[in-house]
Order: sequence, then structure tokens, then C-alpha cells
Amino acid sequence: MVKQNGEIAVEMKHITKKFGNLAANNDINLKIYKGQVHCLLGENGAGKSTLMNVLTGLYKADCGEIEINGQPANIHSPKDAIGYGIGMVHQHFRLVKPLTVLENIILGSPKVGFWLNNKAAREEIMELTDRYDLHIDLDAKVESLSVGEQQRTEIIKQMYRGANIMILDEPTAVLTPEEAEKLFVFLRQTASAGKTIIFISHKLREIMSVGDKVTIMRKGQIVGAKDVKDTSVEDLAGLMIEGTISEVKKQSVEKDGAEVLRLTDIYTLHDDSGNVNLENINLCLNEGEICGIAGVSGNGQRELAEVVSGLRFCDKGEIIVGQKVMTNQCTRKFIQAGVSHIPEDRLGTGLAAGLSIIENGILKEYKSKPISVHGLINYKVAKKYTEEIIEQYKVKAENLNRPISALSGGNLQRMIIGREINGDPKILVAAQPTRGIDIAGVKMVHSMIFDQKAKGVAVLFISEDLDEIMEVCDTLAVMYQGHLSQKVRPSETTIEEIGLRMGGALC
Amino acid sequence: MTYTLFIAILAGGIAAGSSILLASLGEILSEKVGVLNLGLEGIMLIGAVSGFVFTIITNNSWIGILMAIVLSAVAGLIFAVLTISLHGNQIVCGLAMVIFGTGVSTLIGNPYVGTPVPQSFDAVAIPLLSKIPVLGPVIFNQDVLTYIALILVFVVWYFLFRTKPGLHLRSVGESPGTADALGINVTLTRYIYVIIGSALVGLGGAQLSLAFTKVWIENMAAGRGWVAVAIVVFAGWNPQKALLGAVLFGIVQALGFRLQVIGISFPPDFINMLPYFLPIVVLCIEAAKTHRKKAAGPEALGVPYIRESR
Repeated sequence: MVKQNGEIAVEMKHITKKFGNLAANNDINLKIYKGQVHCLLGENGAGKSTLMNVLTGLYKADCGEIEINGQPANIHSPKDAIGYGIGMVHQHFRLVKPLTVLENIILGSPKVGFWLNNKAAREEIMELTDRYDLHIDLDAKVESLSVGEQQRTEIIKQMYRGANIMILDEPTAVLTPEEAEKLFVFLRQTASAGKTIIFISHKLREIMSVGDKVTIMRKGQIVGAKDVKDTSVEDLAGLMIEGTISEVKKQSVEKDGAEVLRLTDIYTLHDDSGNVNLENINLCLNEGEICGIAGVSGNGQRELAEVVSGLRFCDKGEIIVGQKVMTNQCTRKFIQAGVSHIPEDRLGTGLAAGLSIIENGILKEYKSKPISVHGLINYKVAKKYTEEIIEQYKVKAENLNRPISALSGGNLQRMIIGREINGDPKILVAAQPTRGIDIAGVKMVHSMIFDQKAKGVAVLFISEDLDEIMEVCDTLAVMYQGHLSQKVRPSETTIEEIGLRMGGALC
Repeated sequence: MTYTLFIAILAGGIAAGSSILLASLGEILSEKVGVLNLGLEGIMLIGAVSGFVFTIITNNSWIGILMAIVLSAVAGLIFAVLTISLHGNQIVCGLAMVIFGTGVSTLIGNPYVGTPVPQSFDAVAIPLLSKIPVLGPVIFNQDVLTYIALILVFVVWYFLFRTKPGLHLRSVGESPGTADALGINVTLTRYIYVIIGSALVGLGGAQLSLAFTKVWIENMAAGRGWVAVAIVVFAGWNPQKALLGAVLFGIVQALGFRLQVIGISFPPDFINMLPYFLPIVVLCIEAAKTHRKKAAGPEALGVPYIRESR
């Protein structure tokens, strides 16, 4: 099945790209064969996306050469890359939302004439979508489409523009399991039709199921290249992560603690941004329970997190924290009742990007003694308070007076978690706490959450990663369009069943 | 009597509104491509003074118009360099353009205050069409620049929504990263439409000095540039609705003037205020209706595009 001696579609030689002092790509050499699905594996920040941005002309490499189909290629802009038949489906879709699907597909294409009402383009696209079974309403506005349909639009767009080498950056991150399965079938089919696919991912199982070859990157360098059939998940994981990280074992607390949170019939009405709202949410959490909320993002998880942490009023229903009815109390009351919140938007909601690390450290405690006395902040005490968080949760920060935006993603997350669990909470709402951080960071977040569980804290754990939820949580429920399914134990369900609920096929 | 008064108010309204209409159309192009140009007031004055001065020098109002377009395009080029290439803050640069335009027009226009223009654009009745009752005298008995403004409403709309360059323009304003990844030159596209937009604004200024007042008055834009900025927002970046807003401004202005003439007396300050106030109220109501559905502003409006920012 693997075409070992096929033609080389892309060859990258000695590619180096630096951002300041950081070498995002350091002397990369890569060969990609025609008609194969070539996977690029690596943690966040390993340099996969940077390398592909160099290939598509979005970034300019500091040095190195690129050959396409054996010929040297000068790629200085995305336009050049398109000329060589290279198309990229970005992780964050490059679609213009207020425009229609058709307009997005023909955007920038030299095939389209001056006037837009062009029958030839429409027919050619219809022919493409028929051939590859990628059906979509061409006149729908992109903003009204589901994420899977938006991805399909991206793929059709690249094909219409004549892409023979298609790069997909973390394409399954936003898909339900069924949608991902469909995508894999499509990719295999396209590869056997002679197109070249570059598939960027950090999910090992996906690579094993879809790839022909895999190149592993770590810290801007290539650390391994394998045929997928000659390797294993363990092998790849070992190459991807330096050393092995000790497995965090979760203590299984089977006895049920006292109830600390109860949501009864919660409704929230439409807000102006047209988000999915909560309908008839019922949920209760016990001491020492980690309850996972699964679902594709944008189905009401953020609203749920906001309701539980007092950031959003509900229009109907009742929230009980501990023994107290807390419905529509202000956020500070929720904090005082012991609710901590790790928001999904770290720099927007979790931290104030322009303020110093110290100021961010005391954001929740600045009103109380000894940090402030008579409305004046004692910066010495504040500094000590922040230093404790930093030391205890291993935040890498040199100068505490610098703006917090100078910290890296993983350190920002440690900082928020540290601040939120420092005050001995009773309930911890963790919204996508591991999104966008590397595997070592994920393990750290998990162990911090297990520590809280051991202390008897009830954790509401919202994540899009099903494997993570199955691994971490004691109980789980699925959100779909504002509805929350019954809470079950992971042992009582299957990935398939959850997948169906996430896609709305099961209620 | 009431019929002729009615016609006079409507026709006067369109003539009075056409400078604002041209400025609004220019601003729509600029904002749709993602650049907020708040310098309209200044650029209108540059257009007004250069049109006026070159008409006096050459004794040819068409050369005046040409120079108004060229020099306001140059002002647009300066603004484009500041905001697109140097990533300057668009609001601050826009305010600087207002101050620059006001100052420069006052300086240049100073010797000409009160001088009548030797050759102006007067109303030209279009044969046959101007004989249609009501519509004829209202729409088809205007100056040439007003005709151009009215035609441009449909040209701009058609260009934006029915042509390939229009699609590119909108995509650059909504999502420059996407446009860039598809090989559309974001910087060049923004330059082109900011400059064309400014030229239209300047043409509006020239309409004011060469067709509407026909004399040079210091600071004669009198807030029309700001009204145009507001009209663009309340019109939801739609040329036809901008036409509505601009004509409304003109009609209210004409109405106040006529009421004074026939002897119905209001405090003059109140009448002077009305044209600035009423269109805003009407368009607010209109905007409230559409905004309930969706805010229509270009997504990347006011945001400089820097490719390798991370």
C-alpha cells in the first residue's frame, strides 16, 4: 500500500525560521511523496505549523530551499504557493464569514472573470463536490454553517484552486468523531487519486489510522521519520515527548461525598451574539467528584461555566451552592461561597494581559487584608502572595513586574490555576483547561485537578477531548445545543455513544 | 404655491445632500476595505478649496474638479501611508487629517474669501425626463456633480456586491488573513480603495464650493464630513441607505431655509441644528431594526494587517 519509490512531491531542505531568538524551525529536511498521506506529529510549539506556513509562503524562511515535483520553487507569498498547487486548510479556517460558500470558494481565483454571476464556476464546483461526495449548499452564508461544513468549504476551495498538495492543520480538533471518520475516508480516497496530503496532528491514533508516513518534530527539529505500518502508538509517543512522563494515577474515590452544587431547570435566553443557550439544565455535583462536560465547543459549555461561576444570570431555574440558594447573585458572592473558575479564554477572562504578574496574582484577593488596608494595596505583601503561587505551581516567570502577557501559554495556565485553587475552593469550574498546551502541561493540569479532588473539591471539567474526559472524570455528561444529557459514569457508556450524543443523534 | 414650495424643498434637498452623499460613498469604500477614515471633514475641505482655487486660476471648472479629485486623492495617499504601511492608529490619524485639511484649506482659501467663482456648475435640466411631474424637477434638474453622485450610488453598490474586485475588497475588510492566504494583495487593495474613497470625498467638497454655495467660505464643510461618517455606520455600509440619509440631511436643511423665507420664524439656531439631528434620529431607528438581526460592520474595520504578527 505504501508507495515507497513514488515521485517526490515536496522536498524541503535546511529550512530555518527564527522568531527573535527562538528557532521555530531549525535546519529541517523533509521529503514528501506523491499520492501519500504524510503526517507531521509534534506537540504544540514543536514547529509544525511554522514549517507549513513557510511552505505556503505565509512566513519567509531565514534560510533553506524548497523543491516541488523535483524543481526548485521560489515561494515568497501565498500566491506563489497556490501556483505550485499547494493549498492549506488552516486550523482556524480562513473563511470570510459574511460571504456565501460560493463566494468563499471563488475568492481570489484567477478562473473567475470580472462579473460574479458566473455559471461556469458554479458548475465546476458542483462537479467537484459530486465527485468527492462533499455536498454543501453553495448559497448559504459561511457564518450559518457548522464547523464540519466550514471545513468542507475550505477543502472544496483548495481543490477548486487546483491544489495537488493539500495541507491540513489539526483538522479533527473541531470535529465530532463521526465527522472525523468521514474526513479520514475522504483523505484516503483523495490520496489514492494521486493527490498529496500533509496531515498535521498531535493525536497518535489518528495518525495510525490515516497516515502512510509520519515525521515527528520536537522543539523545532525533526526527531524521527517512520513508515506508519512499521511503528506503534507507544513508539511515536516516546519520540514526540522527551523522556517519559510519569503517569498520574487517579485515586478512585468511590464513596459519594455531600452534595455541593445543584442546578435545577436552568434556562438562559438568547443573547445578542446569537450563542446557543441553556435549556432545562439539571446537574448536581458531590464533594470530590470530577464531572466531565463533553461536546463540540459552542454548544453551551461556556454559558454553563458562566452560570455556575456567577458570571451570567439565568432567566429561569435555581442554583444551590453548598446549602445556599445562589440564583442570580453577583460574582463576588459566588467567589465567597467557594466557587473558583478557570475560564476558557485565558488572556481575556482569566487574566488582565497588560497588568503585571503581581497584580494578576492578587486579582481575587486584592480587597481583603493584609493585601490591602484602607483601600491601599501593600505591594510587599502582594508580591509575597504572588511569589507563593509561582513557587508552588512552578510558574516560570523572571520579573514579576512585567506584564503577564509575556508568559507562555502553559505558564499562563499554571498561573490561573494556581490563583484559583489557592483560596481553597469548594467547587472548581475548569473550562477547556488543557486546550492549546503541550503534553507535559496537560499532565501537570491533570495532577493539579486530582489534588483538588483529593481535598474534596467538586470539579466541573469542560473539555472537547473525549479521551481526556474518559481518563480524568468520575462522571460525565454531554452538551448539545444547550441541552445537557444525563450524568453517567465512563464505565457505563462508550466513546461511540458519547460521539452520537455530541452530534445530536442521540438525546 | 404649496406645490412649487414642495418641489423646491425636495430639489434643494438633493442638491444640498449630494456633497454628503459623495463623501459617504467614499467612506463606504474605505471602511468596507477595513480602513476607518475619520478625516472626511478635512479631505472635503481640501477638495472644496482646491476645486475653487483652480477654477479661479484656470477659469475652467472642470480643471477645478480634476484638481479637487487629484489633491484629495493625495490626502488619501498620506492617510494610507500612515495607517496601512506604518500601522498608525486609524482614529488618531483620521483626526490629524481633519486638523490638517481644515488648516491647509483656510490658509490657501484666505485670499479668496467672498470671491464668487467665475464658472460654476449650475442646474442642467435633462430633456424629456425633467418634464415628468414631481420627479422631473426634483431629480432631473440638478447640477452635473449631483447627477454623478446619484449614478455613483448604484455603481458603488454594483461594484461591491456583483464584481470580482468588489468581492476582493469586501474580503480584505472582513478577513485580511484569509484574503492574504488566497493571494490577494491586502496592502495594495487597501491603498487603492482608501485613495479612491478620498477622491470621492474630495469630489463632494468640490460640489459644495463649485455647485452648491459657489463662493469660498472658510470651514465651509461645516460638519458635513462628520455627518457622512455617521451616515455610513447607520446606513449599515449600504450605498442606497446612505443616499436616504444624505438626502434627508439636505431636505431638512432646505426646509429650514424655505420656512424662513416664507416667514415662519423659528429660532435660527434650532433650524441650523435640525439637519444634523434629524437624519441621525431616523437612521438610528433604521439601524436599530437591522442591528437586531446582525451588526453589519466589516470585521477587520480599524485593524491594521501585519502578516507575521504572532
